Amino acid sequence: MSGRDLLAFALRALTGHRLRSALSLLGVAIGVAAVVLLTALGEGARRYVTQQFESLGSNVLIVMPGRVETTGGVPGFGGVPNDLTLADLEAIRRGVPSVSRIAPLAVGTETIAFGDRRRQVPVAGTTRDMLDIRHLTVARGDYLPRETGREPAVVVLGQTVANELFPGLDPVGQVVRIGAWRMRVIGVNASRGVQMGTNFDEFVIVPVATAMRMFDRSSLFRVLIEVRSHGELDQAKAAVEALLTARHRELDVTCLTQDAVLTGLNSILGALTLALGGIAAVSLAVAGVGIMNVMLISVSERTREVGLLKALGAGRRQVLSVFLAEAVMLSGAGGVVGLAVGFVAVQVLIGFYPGLPARPPLWAVVAASVLSLLVGAGFGVLPARRAMRLEPVAALSRR
Amino acid sequence: MIRLEGISRTFDVGGRPVRALQDVTETIAAGEHVAVMGPSGSGKSTLLNILGCLDRPSAGSYTLDGREVAQQGDGELTLVRRNLIGFVFQFFHLVPRLTAQENVELPMVFAGVPPRERRDRAAAALASVGLEDRATHRPDQLSGGERQRVALARATVMGPRVLLADEPTGNLDSASGRQVLDVLERLNASGLTLVVVTHDFKVARRSGRVVMLLDGRIAKRVAASHVQEIADVLAGEAR
Repeated sequence: MSGRDLLAFALRALTGHRLRSALSLLGVAIGVAAVVLLTALGEGARRYVTQQFESLGSNVLIVMPGRVETTGGVPGFGGVPNDLTLADLEAIRRGVPSVSRIAPLAVGTETIAFGDRRRQVPVAGTTRDMLDIRHLTVARGDYLPRETGREPAVVVLGQTVANELFPGLDPVGQVVRIGAWRMRVIGVNASRGVQMGTNFDEFVIVPVATAMRMFDRSSLFRVLIEVRSHGELDQAKAAVEALLTARHRELDVTCLTQDAVLTGLNSILGALTLALGGIAAVSLAVAGVGIMNVMLISVSERTREVGLLKALGAGRRQVLSVFLAEAVMLSGAGGVVGLAVGFVAVQVLIGFYPGLPARPPLWAVVAASVLSLLVGAGFGVLPARRAMRLEPVAALSRR
Repeated sequence: MIRLEGISRTFDVGGRPVRALQDVTETIAAGEHVAVMGPSGSGKSTLLNILGCLDRPSAGSYTLDGREVAQQGDGELTLVRRNLIGFVFQFFHLVPRLTAQENVELPMVFAGVPPRERRDRAAAALASVGLEDRATHRPDQLSGGERQRVALARATVMGPRVLLADEPTGNLDSASGRQVLDVLERLNASGLTLVVVTHDFKVARRSGRVVMLLDGRIAKRVAASHVQEIADVLAGEAR
């Protein structure tokens, strides 16, 4: 019996019970579609986060006070860390030759007011280097001065803040109050939108020492270091850690690179995708039970036919393969339908959330397809063996 | 052609052995036309199943075409059924979703005959039973007589040596039954060994000789012209 004959015979048997075949096929289709859609979601989340972090720049080193491990360990042990200060920043700028730019970051929340308009805003204190490290652009006016010494009382507004405080007005040159401080607006940032969950358009930017005094902080929140090239990143990280260890007499800062953050997040979100895929795969197993059920019904309905096939000279193996072929065709067709439905669902999802780069990973598509066939073969074995073992006499005598 | 020696077949029914056949010895020559008669439960169908290698005897020897087949494995029996034996059943046993042509092709599908040869041979077999214009009809579009003739074409398309028929006219009106018997006789005339199980004396009369089973044993062997003797025995049994 050739493979083509086998498929043709199985297909005739399946199309003889259209509704029943369609329903058990639907089970597999739902399972495969679920695998495709859920892994696409997980993969979309992973790619989204990756894109966000890649906007940091691949040769940026982030220094933060305190020892934090992304790979475990209990933070907070080892005593109170020393302050990360502007003096440390100057020491790094002078002492580590591969550093091309370095910018401090101090953050807090304060009320900004112009006339009778007020608004609670996040305030970031930094220097001009931040503009280049984060590839920001100024829409109007100028940015902060480069030096951290005697600072002028100036502020750069985010796009949203500028629009709400100065509707229809040019804010550059105006004087605003931030908390108890009077500051002159020297520029407005170009819109940057939401990045890593933070809307940068709602920030106001002030000189770093001013921010530290404003919020009564002795330590910087972060120091962002741009290294001349990606290749020098590890060496620069080691140099910064050595320098700060010498200055603080212990290693009490954490140096993060984009690569380290991405590796950590990638493995977490990769595991999430795998888990989502696994949950969806369970529904495939359920679909397999459905196929087994339908095939068992089919075998008991066709007992007489099995006897006839044997009387006509069909061997045990041929009877087995006829019923196995039916089960595999059912699940295979379900797999094809499921893939189609899954991909359409992903496109619909992207239509609703264009920002989410959802796409099912190749491994999930391959695994779902292979699994759908295996489900048919695996759950089809029992009914097919039952058909194979039917005694032709007993099978024929039943009417 | 067929040689049975001391054939017994015991079934286990609810823990008790039931002897369907006891010590049956019979020889059927090539080209013979034998009718098997007997009341219900006398073992006719069991005998036919053993002859057709659908069932194995519990004891005894069965030689078919010079080959001992009684205790062969499934694989060999499949080949015997495929190549040496044709079956016709009372209820036709056509596959309902396949056309007449496809039903006739079925044994060749399992035998691995290439599609083109299959089509030609099936068409010739249908033509030989006068159904060339019904090839694309499904069983539910055919009359009973036509269905049985399709079944006959299917049973003979592999060129078997023996044709076994279980009440071939039992479910047909008399005109259709005569047509089917005509085909059977023609096949027999061309050399095919024919064994027919029947209740019908008209069918038995058209055979060469009649074997009567009673309680699993051969009770009487008569020429077809003396089938009345069997009728008398059966009438005596019924009394």
